[in-house]
Amino acid sequence: MIPFDFEYYRPRSVQEAVELHRQLSLQGKQPLYYSGGTEIITLGRIQAVHTGAVIDIKSIPECRMASSSDGQLTLGSALTLNEVTDSGLFPLLGETSAEIADRTSRNKITLGGNLCGRFMYREAVLPLLLAECAVELATASGGRIRVPIHQVFQQYMRLNPGELLLKVIIDERYVRMPYVTIKRRKQAAIDYPLVTIAAIQSESGIRLAFSGVCDFPFRSLAIEEAINRPGIPVESRVELAVSRLPAPIRDDIKGSADYRKWVLMNTLLDVIVWLEGGGGAS
Amino acid sequence: VSKAKTETVIELHLNGEWQTTNCRYADTLLRVLREQLGLFGAKPGCENGDCGACTVLLNGTPMKSCLILAVEAAQQKILTAEGLRGTLIQQAFVEQWAFQCGYCTPGFIMNAYALTESHPEADDALIAKWLQSNICRCTSYQEIETAVKSVLEEKHNSLRDQSG
Repeated sequence: MIPFDFEYYRPRSVQEAVELHRQLSLQGKQPLYYSGGTEIITLGRIQAVHTGAVIDIKSIPECRMASSSDGQLTLGSALTLNEVTDSGLFPLLGETSAEIADRTSRNKITLGGNLCGRFMYREAVLPLLLAECAVELATASGGRIRVPIHQVFQQYMRLNPGELLLKVIIDERYVRMPYVTIKRRKQAAIDYPLVTIAAIQSESGIRLAFSGVCDFPFRSLAIEEAINRPGIPVESRVELAVSRLPAPIRDDIKGSADYRKWVLMNTLLDVIVWLEGGGGAS
Repeated sequence: VSKAKTETVIELHLNGEWQTTNCRYADTLLRVLREQLGLFGAKPGCENGDCGACTVLLNGTPMKSCLILAVEAAQQKILTAEGLRGTLIQQAFVEQWAFQCGYCTPGFIMNAYALTESHPEADDALIAKWLQSNICRCTSYQEIETAVKSVLEEKHNSLRDQSG
């Protein structure tokens, strides 16, 4: 049971949602945009999240978009992860999302919720970082901005107060590139990752994004430079890449840093051999 | 936005009948089913979205009722274990001894019912993917899988007989 009360609003337009957020904020209710709501419910139950009002965005048509036109793919933030997967619009994103939580939970967890959530893994962002997608945000003042994901996602989604993630826009060239996505867990079939790697083979080389390795998901150009360095055995490239991680390797109950490093190196080897061997799905 | 309103009245299309009930906006569907409507089929296990004991169907789709606010389900079709009457999957669970303590059983059955209804051609990988959403502490997994497969086989045979 969630041990505190809150108000609930279900606006039908972006303007209505933003205005509600503004008014509720002025009233000191610390409103939260609510998409799948799984984190708000589960963290609210243990009082790790508190709010006086939630604004459910699932009735806003823009947040439910799943369309492809003029070489651009648009995915709304309130699509569930299963909807993203089952749409088949972006197979790398679909397959990466299909490893988050379990099938039934993915009927509730949304793309926007995973990207903006508190849990650090946020694996749905990995394909979006590789595809250098844009995100469209509604600002607190009622305007709209479209920004590259790298600008707004740095370790986590850095939204300003009152901003709402509406959708992600992906250049479809990336959707068609060979890819591989691998999630390695400690033991169970359903768990957070020791290591998740999503990768594509672009014209300029292999691109890689990681979750579970450090305290945040990331794509690293320094790592990609190491992996794509010509004339060096793959094992040496992997060692060089792992020496370029942006932060210390996680060390927790799911895996020591040493164990994670071992899993990371082997997973990287698998990814590279797969892509360079022409085995990537596309 | 006026003064704080933290409770409401919702209508649910529950097991084929419209039901009206009061709830807090902060109430999960699980709590409302059990505490307001007296339906105890959906079980509180982890209440964290992990165990699946509280699984119900929302418009035919499995949903962990601890992960959804009751107000989100307003005006929607909800099916709980109480709404299943004499289905193949219920019979299969009995015949295959697909439970021990039985606490997880309604959640498993709801998920398995949705699977067999929506994917009558489900293969082993799809069955495994769906059943991973539920946890059985008595570890009846093999028997549960066998029960699901027996229903799929029965459906398959029935379709074949109809067409043949």
